[in-house]
Amino acid sequence: MTGFIVKRFINYAILSAIATMSAYVLASIILNPAGRYLGRNPRPSDATINSILDGLGVNPHTPVIERLWTWLVNLVTHGSLGDTVHNTSVVSEMAARAGTSLRLLILGTIIAALVGVVVGVWGAVRQYKFSDQAISYVSFTILATPSFVLGILLMILATMLNTATGMQLVSFTGEYTPGLDGGWWAHVWDRAAHLLLPTISLALMGAAGYSRYQRSAMLDVLSADYIRTARSKGRTRGSALIRHGVRVALIPMSTYFAYSFATVLAGAAVTELVFSWHGMGEMLVQAISESDINAFTGAILFNAILVLIAGTLSDVVYAALDPRVRV
Amino acid sequence: MAERTPFPGTAGHLLEVRDLSVTFPQPGGAVTAVRGVNYHVDKGEFLGIVGESGSGKSVSSLAVMGLLPSSAQVSGDILFEGRSLLGRSDRELSRLRGEGISIIFQDPLSALTPVYTIGAQIAEALQLHDRKLSGQAAKARAVELLKVVGIPNPERRAQAFPHEFSGGMRQRAMIAIAIANNPRLIIADEPTTALDVTIQAQILEVLQKAKDLTGAAVVLITHDLGVVAGNADRIAVMYAGRIVETGTVDQVFHRPSMPYTIGLLRSMPNLATAGHTRLVPLEGRPPQLANLAPGCPFAPRCPAAIDACRTTEPPLAAVSGNPLNASACLRVGEIASGTLKRDGLYPVPEAVAPAVRAAVTPERVLGVDGLVRHFPLTRGSVFKQVIGTVRAVDGVSFDLRSGQTLGLVGESGCGKSTTIMEILELAKPQAGRITVNGRDVATMGGRERRALRSDIQVVFQDPMASLDPRLPIQDIVAEPLTVHGVPARERLKRVREVLDLVGLEPSMASRYPHEFSGGQRQRIGIARALVTDPKIMVLDEPVSALDVSIQAGVINLLEDLQEKLGLSYLFVAHDLAVVRQIADTVAVMYLGRIVESGASEDLFEHPQHPYTRALLSAVPVPDPALERSRRRIILEGDLPSPTADISGCNFRTRCPLYQVMDPPAQETCRTLDPPRRQVEGSSVACHHAERIDLMS
Repeated sequence: MTGFIVKRFINYAILSAIATMSAYVLASIILNPAGRYLGRNPRPSDATINSILDGLGVNPHTPVIERLWTWLVNLVTHGSLGDTVHNTSVVSEMAARAGTSLRLLILGTIIAALVGVVVGVWGAVRQYKFSDQAISYVSFTILATPSFVLGILLMILATMLNTATGMQLVSFTGEYTPGLDGGWWAHVWDRAAHLLLPTISLALMGAAGYSRYQRSAMLDVLSADYIRTARSKGRTRGSALIRHGVRVALIPMSTYFAYSFATVLAGAAVTELVFSWHGMGEMLVQAISESDINAFTGAILFNAILVLIAGTLSDVVYAALDPRVRV
Repeated sequence: MAERTPFPGTAGHLLEVRDLSVTFPQPGGAVTAVRGVNYHVDKGEFLGIVGESGSGKSVSSLAVMGLLPSSAQVSGDILFEGRSLLGRSDRELSRLRGEGISIIFQDPLSALTPVYTIGAQIAEALQLHDRKLSGQAAKARAVELLKVVGIPNPERRAQAFPHEFSGGMRQRAMIAIAIANNPRLIIADEPTTALDVTIQAQILEVLQKAKDLTGAAVVLITHDLGVVAGNADRIAVMYAGRIVETGTVDQVFHRPSMPYTIGLLRSMPNLATAGHTRLVPLEGRPPQLANLAPGCPFAPRCPAAIDACRTTEPPLAAVSGNPLNASACLRVGEIASGTLKRDGLYPVPEAVAPAVRAAVTPERVLGVDGLVRHFPLTRGSVFKQVIGTVRAVDGVSFDLRSGQTLGLVGESGCGKSTTIMEILELAKPQAGRITVNGRDVATMGGRERRALRSDIQVVFQDPMASLDPRLPIQDIVAEPLTVHGVPARERLKRVREVLDLVGLEPSMASRYPHEFSGGQRQRIGIARALVTDPKIMVLDEPVSALDVSIQAGVINLLEDLQEKLGLSYLFVAHDLAVVRQIADTVAVMYLGRIVESGASEDLFEHPQHPYTRALLSAVPVPDPALERSRRRIILEGDLPSPTADISGCNFRTRCPLYQVMDPPAQETCRTLDPPRRQVEGSSVACHHAERIDLMS
């Protein structure tokens, strides 16, 4: 079993490396880092621009392969991902931002998974009844809403709440209130208050999707013979559905959870922008708009590593849930 | 009953079902699956409930367990130990389920939760009813129960997951769960239907043992009259949602008084007598329960129906004053007194007149010599390495003569399907030779092979799955002709001819498969095979998916077609009674080999190989007297994995003869692979066939 997991991990690692290098090549071909300097007033001389680009290792006059090689050598020998256009190192930029994103992502995914599973199971058990129909409509509405609309709607609601109660109950700009006085608890409370809306926004999107999958997985299981067997042993319907049904219906979900954890990053980019969080999503979007090849590749690498971890995790979870795949 | 009434109000019955009706509301109109069923089970009694699919036998027992879907409307009353079960909450019923009444379901492959160990699932049943039982004690008891139901090495097997168990072992585990809390009533719902006949014999034995051990009453639900004949005390026959006849086993089998029961018994090929007489089919099919016409639901199929039968549904009335022997027939008096002869009730179908019989010259139309098909078991995705070989077919030889039927029998996994797939492929086999009409198929070119395909056709097992639901049957039947480039006009003409030949109305040609019943669909399958005017038909379990009363008609049709058209059949089946009915010669397969072959009569009367003998003895016969008197040879264990390398004779691991042999003889079995040799009338692959009588 361990051998199998290790093998899969190596597979994912190779895939991540290929994805990152492809991203580098793609960004080098499409993005035009010189454009940033051409529009300046006064326009820097070509020699200056070239030397800046050379310094960043993104000069389009150097062949892509050569640049990729330099980038790789730097990564392997110095652990460096190059510098951003703001002359900060990509690694330090990522170090500052990764925590922010991960906090949002992990919390959002876990809440989304829990809510999604519960809602999905509930919907399946009450198939075609009013509560199931209501859940279906709500989740489709959420799935059809762009994440920035959802974010702004939540902000409007929070503002209304704040006005109604007359105090700053929910804060939604940034990660924390700058220059806040008070003890440790005050800071924790402040961060939690800031975390609330973006987490809800991410969790809602995730839960809406999960609940649909969980519902159909559960429906497959509902009419299974072993549920009937469990009831014939003396379990009530509800207890048989939870002990025997949900347990089996979770198996196909584990793959979906793990991978969507990585793909949520894309949705999180918009959420981070809406709530002015300085996370990896924001970095990715900025990198594209600023034609910053190094920062872009760094963001993609971060994403690839998430997929790598999530993929391995999903294999482990799958094997833990389903004895039939253990070898 | 000798005992005093323990449960007031139910005349001492353990379970009493009174006027039970179950209706499923459906968009197209409500379906009443059970219509006023009355029966009772006494303490320690063995009741058999027999019926075809859709007769309501399973629904009525699920109603007893309270396991029907919530949409079902149940009326009447169910009394268990004097207390009514209807209208109770799920919670109340759950206390009774598993403790007072337990149930064993049909399909052991899906009845156990795949993610928990067998031991945990048995322990769960124990702890649900005894909260004080510690986990450790429950586990220990689970192991004990596994031992009781005959699982070897129970300590280790308790840790196994369901997918690591074979079908027979899972059904044993199901029985262990059912008897875990010493229930007073065990309902077994088709417990052996999905299993091979040797495993069926094992399971029935375990069930009987479980009954003796717990003293529980058993309700055995089955479609196989043979299964109940030897085990049950009383039986109830169900038809169209009602009990139509009930009585002791002897009463129902020897003096049936409902025409349906009489017909059912006559239509079954009986292993003891098959092959001597033509089967008597029950024409027609069971009624649709959604819109039942007034009158007796059996009247449209009943040869003794009178006008009154079509207007009033007869109640279950006592036969000759005995309330335990009752029959739902208006003419029960006449049948019981003998005025209406049971034997003459159903006309025996005429055999094909000699004038229309095809003249056949006896020649070898299909020859198989030393056919081998091994599948390598590989490991790894990039660098494949062979870690074993599945010897699916391992040197099979037989001949098929024109106008004859060769029956190929064996348990699932013995390689019979692989054998016919190899033959149908008409390609060069891995080893050995296949000759059709004297031509070796390995030497044929593409054109010749294509031409040959019209000479050899196949009929598959599942008549629903093997017909494309989106094509009208004329297109389905004509399909082989389009392959051979026959013009459209001729195709239609030919389709009408063959439909007529298989007993279907040619005007039905434009209908779709779902409009036909199972028996009719199999006729369509036969028509499709016949349309190219083949010489050889490969019949892969052609009747095993059909209900008993339908089987006889299809078997008769196959016999008639053979006579009329001079066809040769390669008939693959696991039902030995059906094979005896139709086959001229029989070959018995075990683990990719033919262990015995010979003329049908010789082989069934005097089996020479221990496996054949065990196989025949495992088949239940629908005759209670015979069933009680004969001794069963129970094969131990499951079919070994076809990857296993067994030295010498590959049957010796399960062979009952091997066990009674002296050490030098056993040594021969262990070291020498027995070649086939002529013993009496059969060709047998056994070193000690002459001493077969030691087995008894």
